[in-house]
Amino acid sequence: MNTLTEKPNYNDEVVKLFTIATVFWGVVGFAVGVFIALQMAFPSLNFGEYLTFGRLRPLHTSAVIFAFGGNALFATSYFSVQRTCRARLWGDSWSMFTFWGYQLFIVMAAVGYVTGITQAKEYAEPEWYADLWLTFVWVAYLVVFLMTLKARREPHIYVGNWFFLAFIVTVAVLHLANNVSVPVSLTDTKSYPLWGGVQSALIQWWYGHNAVGFFLTAGFLGIMYYFVPKRAQRPVYSYRLSILHFWSLIFIYIWAGPHHLHYTSLPDWAQTLGATFSIMLWMPSWGGMINGMMTLSGAWHKLREDPVLRFMIISLAFYGMSTFEGPLMSIKTVNALSHYTDWTIGHVHSGALGWVAFITFGAIYHLVPVLWKRDGLYSMKLVNIHLWIATLGIVLYITAMWVSGIMQGLMWRSYDSMGFLEYSFVETVMAMHPFYVIRAGGGILFLLGALIMSYNLYRTIKGDKAPEVVASREKAHA
Amino acid sequence: MLKHHAKIEKNSILLLIFTVIVISIGGLIEILPLFRTETTIEPVKGVRPYTPLELAGYNIYIREGCYNCHSQQIRPLRDEVERYGHYSLAAESMYDHPFQWGSKRTGPDLARVGGKYSDEWHIQHMKKPQAVVPESIMPPYPHLLTRGAALDNIAEHMKALRAVGVPYSDAMIENARHDAYAQATAESDYHDGLMERYGEKVNYRNFDGQPITTELDALIAYLQVLGTMAELKDYKPAPARMGGE
Repeated sequence: MNTLTEKPNYNDEVVKLFTIATVFWGVVGFAVGVFIALQMAFPSLNFGEYLTFGRLRPLHTSAVIFAFGGNALFATSYFSVQRTCRARLWGDSWSMFTFWGYQLFIVMAAVGYVTGITQAKEYAEPEWYADLWLTFVWVAYLVVFLMTLKARREPHIYVGNWFFLAFIVTVAVLHLANNVSVPVSLTDTKSYPLWGGVQSALIQWWYGHNAVGFFLTAGFLGIMYYFVPKRAQRPVYSYRLSILHFWSLIFIYIWAGPHHLHYTSLPDWAQTLGATFSIMLWMPSWGGMINGMMTLSGAWHKLREDPVLRFMIISLAFYGMSTFEGPLMSIKTVNALSHYTDWTIGHVHSGALGWVAFITFGAIYHLVPVLWKRDGLYSMKLVNIHLWIATLGIVLYITAMWVSGIMQGLMWRSYDSMGFLEYSFVETVMAMHPFYVIRAGGGILFLLGALIMSYNLYRTIKGDKAPEVVASREKAHA
Repeated sequence: MLKHHAKIEKNSILLLIFTVIVISIGGLIEILPLFRTETTIEPVKGVRPYTPLELAGYNIYIREGCYNCHSQQIRPLRDEVERYGHYSLAAESMYDHPFQWGSKRTGPDLARVGGKYSDEWHIQHMKKPQAVVPESIMPPYPHLLTRGAALDNIAEHMKALRAVGVPYSDAMIENARHDAYAQATAESDYHDGLMERYGEKVNYRNFDGQPITTELDALIAYLQVLGTMAELKDYKPAPARMGGE
């Protein structure tokens, strides 16, 4: 990669747009998250018809997964596929269509949620017309990516691109199968999904879990495989491990969905199969973590010098932690306690904040100076402040959710000496209040970090340079 | 292995095809057998499609995102069965497109909330949850009391549901509007027809106590039927199911 003799004329304009959109939607998504966290601590913040928790929660989840995460995936995949193929991104107008088309999808979905237009399927809430539009955009994305791969001037397809390709094509399959529905009429926003009852439950969680598996994992591993070696200036630790964990990860992930439906009306055999594959998933997940972390072997000192690389490595640590926690929670007896509680919320956020957001922050801090042709970021000190504020925020968030989730699970199943249930439901709600306050505090810190990042990136793009920057750190990302 | 893999790595279409094959296997094996309903859905009497008014209520439940905080799925665990009632059966949600099992209990499970509280309790609760449960963190929904329920095109909704497999009869669709308004009033000439189509157990009354048929009428009608359809007294679990309890 770094033996380029001639540089093709890369299409970085569209990457710039996606990068700005990532930061913008990230701040929006985190802010909505903070607001709904405060609503759970202080319910009087639910005012009016449009801003209740029930309508804003899908806005939060979609804003962070699809708007923040999605734009980050577009930006990084378009950036790295050009560099690893040594070819310009195929189809300038097609890639520009994916940008505006995707933003339109986000706005359509968001307006729908607030006004009560929803399919009521978690992470697949957009109604039929938005789903149809997304299908067009996604096919264009696949075409752009695949045609760029075909135009490559390298014999091999780089490992990061296997992950990006698997993410794009699997998300397409999931999206189509989960969202088949019959609209009430062509002028009505409401539709009824083809699948009902127990079938709709399994298809939804086959989709839902693989939104995690392919959107938030395979796609972000694609980011990791380009940006960690690039930033550390070391080759990927093991090529063999890449092959092994790529195929096993995508094969096993797809089976894991039923662990969202333990002890439900879903047939037992499907639950057991889901749990078994979820436990097996631990290994390929850690394969990715090890491959990423060990890429630093021989260059560990760079962690001391470069806070951007630190973001990436901490993200791999969180990835390792949440992919250990996940299999644990998919064991039926553990799930009996954890399901329906905040433990799940904590688990999701250690993945979403710790892994997805941190690897994205790392990639964006790397991307912005390259895209706008600056010598370096405005301030490395601010990157470091962002890192620690955000890490503290995540730790507060997930520990609060562990405590409140496990506590509530135990309270629900607690009996008094007479053999009666010890707590009414609302007593368990009251017990969670302090943890909801702590969680909101963690969220505020995380949002604050993102605002610091936005300021830092804005000054970088403007071409400013903070006076306190140490010269040696600048070299790391030249 | 590495030599063979090089072929895939050098051909983007081959990589794409292999990926699609590898990701299809698990989903097909887990999902397809569920469509053999005789092994997926236990036979239990009494479960019927929602009445037009209940369907309008179901749609309000979806619109307000109630599923974000309430589950409708009681697990066969001792404390859940004591707190919420008989564990949920697949048949009870077979006409829900989509299912409303939920994934989080910020509030309690609602699978068997039907008949548990009075209509008056629900009215006060929706106006201001803290009026009946002071420590509740649920948002208020006063707008449901003032807005008329969208019942005029409810037949179109039932047609769409029939297209996805809910067994609404021609008579049900033809009389949808009348049935909907009749169910929300204490006295109506249409009650006989309503019971003929949806069974003797159908709740009909002025749910929200107001002269017009509001969204709250629809929502309460829906909540009051939840978990009450299946004849659980006659239900005999299959031997394999009992082992899990």
